[in-house]
Amino acid sequence: MFIINCPYCGEREQTEFKAGGEAHIVRPKQPTELSDDEWAEYLFMRKNIKGIQFERWIHIHGCRKWFNVVRDTSNDEIKAVYKMGEKPLIK
Amino acid sequence: MTKNLRVKTSKFIDETYKISFKFNNKTFYGYKGDTLASALLANNVHLIGRSFKYHRPRGIMTAGSEEPNAIVQLHSDTSRTEPNVRATEIEIYEGLDASSQNCWPSVNFDIGAINNFLSPILPAGFYYKTFMWPANFWEKYEYFIRKSAGLGKSPTEPDPDIYEHRYIHCDVLVIGAGISGILAAKTSAKNGLKTLLVDEKSYLGGSTIYQDSEHFKINNQISSSWLEKEINEIKKIENLEIKTRTSVAAFHGYNFLLARENLTDHLPLEQRNNKIRHKLLKIRAKKVITATGALERPLIFDNNDRPGILLSSAIGKYASLFGVACGEKNILFTNNDTAYETANSLFKKGINIEAIIDNREEIDSKLIKEAEKHNIKIYKGYTVVNTSGYKRINKVSIMQLSKDGQKVIGSKISIPCDCLGISGGWTPAVHLFTQSGGKLKFRDEDQVFIPDTYSSDQISIGSCNGDFTLDEILFNLPKILKKFLKINKTDYDNLEIQSSFNKSKRNIWFLPSDKVIGKTKPFVDYQNDATAKDIKLALREGFRSIEHVKRYTTTGMGTDQGKLGNMHALGIISETSKSKMGELGTTTFRPPYTPLTFGTIVGRNVGEYFDIFRKTPIHEWHVQNKAEFENVGQWKRAWFYPKNGESMHDAVQRESKAARDSAGILDASTLGKIDIQGTDASEFLNRIYTNAWSKLAIGKCRYGLMLNEDGMVYDDGVTTRLSENHYIMTTTTGGAATVLGKLEDYLQTEWPELDVYLTSVTDHYATVSVCGPNSKKIISQVIPDLDLSDENFSHMSYKNAKIEGIKCRVMRISFTGEHSYEINIQANYGESVWKKCIKAGKEFNITPYGTETMHLLRAEKGFIIVGQDTDATVTPIDLQMDWIVSKKKYDFIGKRSLYRSDTIREDRKQLVGLLTEDPEEVLEEGAQIVADINKSPIEMLGHVTSSYYSPNLKKSIALGVIKGGKKMIGQRLIIPMENKKINVTVADPVFLDKDNKRLNA
Repeated sequence: MFIINCPYCGEREQTEFKAGGEAHIVRPKQPTELSDDEWAEYLFMRKNIKGIQFERWIHIHGCRKWFNVVRDTSNDEIKAVYKMGEKPLIK
Repeated sequence: MTKNLRVKTSKFIDETYKISFKFNNKTFYGYKGDTLASALLANNVHLIGRSFKYHRPRGIMTAGSEEPNAIVQLHSDTSRTEPNVRATEIEIYEGLDASSQNCWPSVNFDIGAINNFLSPILPAGFYYKTFMWPANFWEKYEYFIRKSAGLGKSPTEPDPDIYEHRYIHCDVLVIGAGISGILAAKTSAKNGLKTLLVDEKSYLGGSTIYQDSEHFKINNQISSSWLEKEINEIKKIENLEIKTRTSVAAFHGYNFLLARENLTDHLPLEQRNNKIRHKLLKIRAKKVITATGALERPLIFDNNDRPGILLSSAIGKYASLFGVACGEKNILFTNNDTAYETANSLFKKGINIEAIIDNREEIDSKLIKEAEKHNIKIYKGYTVVNTSGYKRINKVSIMQLSKDGQKVIGSKISIPCDCLGISGGWTPAVHLFTQSGGKLKFRDEDQVFIPDTYSSDQISIGSCNGDFTLDEILFNLPKILKKFLKINKTDYDNLEIQSSFNKSKRNIWFLPSDKVIGKTKPFVDYQNDATAKDIKLALREGFRSIEHVKRYTTTGMGTDQGKLGNMHALGIISETSKSKMGELGTTTFRPPYTPLTFGTIVGRNVGEYFDIFRKTPIHEWHVQNKAEFENVGQWKRAWFYPKNGESMHDAVQRESKAARDSAGILDASTLGKIDIQGTDASEFLNRIYTNAWSKLAIGKCRYGLMLNEDGMVYDDGVTTRLSENHYIMTTTTGGAATVLGKLEDYLQTEWPELDVYLTSVTDHYATVSVCGPNSKKIISQVIPDLDLSDENFSHMSYKNAKIEGIKCRVMRISFTGEHSYEINIQANYGESVWKKCIKAGKEFNITPYGTETMHLLRAEKGFIIVGQDTDATVTPIDLQMDWIVSKKKYDFIGKRSLYRSDTIREDRKQLVGLLTEDPEEVLEEGAQIVADINKSPIEMLGHVTSSYYSPNLKKSIALGVIKGGKKMIGQRLIIPMENKKINVTVADPVFLDKDNKRLNA
C-alpha cells in the first residue's frame, strides 16, 4: 500500500484515495462531429503501461479533489503529483 | 516405550513448572518453556503425522517456523479447532490437546499409506493426467479428490476468539531478534530513533543465545553470555519497543508491513477468556532492517524423510535450548562445518554420537579437531545412500562419493541409529526482502541467493544477507548500520571476535545413490511429497520455467511454502537443464511468511461490524412497528410491515391496496440528495441529464435520466429548482455516492470553468412521502397553512412550508402514480413529522409501506428502477423512454453514444411489459424468455427484470427486456421453468392509469 502526496492535503495512505484511470484524456468538445471510430477511441481505448504512467486519482476520503499522479506501474514508485490543469514536470 | 530424553537442565526450561498435555489422546508431560515438539521429543515421540500424498510416517524435522511435517490439529471442539499448527512453534500449556493429521484410523495405522506402495503409478501430474477422461466422469472423481485433499479439518462454527488490528508508526523496524537484530535495534534506538524490534519466537537472541561453544567469543566472553548482557540493556531503552511472538507476515511496498502478534496461544485455556488472541499489526516504518536469519538446508537422498531425521541445527537447538536429546544413537550427515558445532555441543551434554558423515574429503578446522578429540567417528567423503525404519529411522547406509560427486563407489556400510541430523548448509531467509520488491543475486561460491537491490529504504543484515559466521556478521554489521542510519559510530566498532569456522561446503543438490532413480524416494518437498525424480520427470516432459515446475510437481506449495526444499528444486532443475542458478531465478515468495488465521485478517470486522450500516431518522419507529428490513447499499430500509403474523406476500398486498385505495406512507429519507448551487447550475444540469433544464421554472420539479458516456442509463431522480441558481437533486439510494463522485469528476476535470458547487445533503433531511387519494386531506392537517389546491400547488412543483415553526420543503412528486407529497425536513424532526402524518392519517387508514410495496406500485405504472430493470447495458431508447432524450441539446453526457452502430441496432434488448396467460401465475425475476422451445439450442430473447402480483389490477404483472421487444407487443412468448412452461404475452410496460389521472385525483 503506497503513500500519495495529495497536492491539497499532503501525504496520506492509499486507502484514502481512488484511482481514476489514465490522465490527460480530454473529452471532445464536439462529440457529435466525431465518427464512430473517433468516439470509440475516446470512450474505450486506454493504455496499459508497464512503467511510467500518467494517472488520475481522487482523494475520495479526504478533500475529494481530483489530481494527477505519475506512477511507475512496475514498482508503484510515484514520480510526481500535480493538480488538474497543470503540466507534469517530467515527461 | 516411553523414555525420558531430557538430558540436562536448561535455563530456558522451568522444570519446577510441569505441564500436562494430550497428543492423540495420550497424556504427556513437559515443562514451561517447551514447545509441543520439544516436549514430544523429550518423551521420545517422533511420529507426528502422515505425509500428504503417500501417507508416509513423518516426524519433527526442524525447531522453527519452517517445519514442513510436524503439523498438528489443535483442540477438538468444533469452533476452536485449528489445523496445520506447527508443533515446533506452539508452546505447551495446561490443557493442550493436539492430534495427528492426514491419517485414518490413526497415525500408527493409516489406511492411506497404501499410496506409498502405489507411488510408482502416482508420479507428478498424476491427477492432471488421469482425471481428464471421460470428461463427464469429473463429478464422480471430484467427490473422492475433494475427500483426500487438504490437511487437517477446519472449524465448522464461528471463531469465538477476539482479534484486533493496530497501526504502528516507527522510524526503524527491525525484523528478527537474533544477534544482528539485537545490535541493530540497540544502535538505532540509542541514536534517538523510535525503534520497533519484532521476533516470531518467545525469547530474544536467536540461535546465538543458546550457543555454548568456547570457539565463539566476543570480547573474550562466550557469545551467548555477551549477547545476554546486550539483551538486558535493550530492554531498558525507552524508545525501543520489543514484541516477541510476533511474526512478520508481509512486507509490502513503501515499507508497509503486516505482522501477527500472538498474545494468548501460549496461555492455559482458562487464562484466555476475553483476551485478544492475535493482533494484526499494520506497520509503517521509515526504515526497515531485516535480520531474519537463515534456514538450514536438508540433504536430498533416498528415504530422507523418516521420523527421526532432523536438521542438524534443530538437534542442536533441542539439546541446548530445551535440554532434550532427539535420540540415543545419533548420526550427523553434513556437507559443511556447522554440524560439528552440534556434535560438540551434544557431546558436552552427554548425548551419544555414533558417527559424523561428511561428504567433504579434505577438511580441517578447530571444530572438527574437537569432534575428533571426542572420539567421534568421522566418515570423510561419504554420503548417505539410504535409510531404513518405517516409523522411526533405525539404520543409515553410507557409501563413498566419487571425486566428482556424481556417483558412489566402494561398498556399503550400515550404521544403526535412532536419529539422523542432516545439514546441507544455509539458505538466507530472503522471503520478506523479495516480497518487498527486492531483487536477489546468486553467490556461486556457496550457492546462495542474497539481497542485491532494494526497492525501499531498507537493509538486510546478518545471515539473511549471506553473512553466516559470527566474525563475518560482526565485522560487517557496524559498517552497514553506520551507512544505513547515517551515524558516525556504533558500540560495536571495535569488538574482539573469536570465531572458528571452515567455510568450505561441498554442495551436491541431489546426492547420488547406488540405485536407479526410479527406485528411490529422495524428497525435496516434505509436505507435498515431491521428490527429486518428480522434478526430473517434469523437466523430461518439457517444463522449463521454475514457476511451471513448481505447479506441476507441487514443490513448495504446502503450508510451509517449501522453506526447506525450494533451493534443491532449483538446483536440480539447474543441473538437469544445464542452466545457471542465477539465471533461473526463484519462485515468487508471497505473503504470508507463515500462515495467518482468518480471524487475524478480519480482526474486529465480523458480524454487525463487517460493514457499517446507515439508519434513517425514522428507523426506530420502523423497528417498533415490527418492520422487516432490507439492505439497500449500506442503508437498512423498511421492507414491509407484517401485521399479526402476515406473510411477506400478504403484507405487501395489503400495503399496496391501501396506498391506492386511501393513503400510504413511505420513509424515503435514503434517497440521495445533492444540493447544487452556482450561476452555471442550469447549464450543468443540461450537460449531465438527457433532457433540457434551462426552462424549468423556479419552484418546479423535473424527472431526469443520467447516462454514462457510453450511453447507458446510470441513475435517475427528480431535481427541483429552488431558486435561480439553486437546485436540489435526488438520486437513487444506492447511487448517491457514485453520482456525486461522477458529477465532481466532470466539474473538476472537464468543465472547471463552470461556476457550480455540489454538496451532499442526504443525511441532512428526512423525507416522508404520503401518497394515495386521501393524501391531500392528511397533509392539510399536518400543514394547515399550506394551500394545497392544484392551482397553487400542482403536480411536479414544490413549496416552502413550516410545521410547528420548523421550515420544510414539500414536493408534489410521485413514484407510485398516486397523488402524493414528499415532506423534506431537517433530519432530527423526521420521526416527529412521520408520527404527525400517521396520526392525521388514522381516520384514512394511512398504511406505512416498505420498499417491496414501493417496487410493486411503481411497476404497475411501468416506472423503472435503475439497477433492477437496467444493468449498464440499457439505453433510454431501450427503455422506450425516447421522450426524455432531448433532440435539441447539442451535447450531454452519453449523447454521442446513443447513435453508435451498436446502440441503434433494432434488435437490442428493450423494456416491455409481460402478462401471464394465467393471471395468478407470478413470474420469477431473472427467468429467461424464449419464443421457440423446440429449437436447439434455444434462443434466449431476454429475461424478466421485475415481477409482482398486483392487488389493484388483480393479476400478475412483470417487466422484462426482450430483443426487439418494442415491436413485439401482443406477441406470445414462453418462459421455460424447471418443471413447467409459462405462456406470456408482451404488453405495454404501463399497466395502470396510462393517462395519469390519479396524480391529480
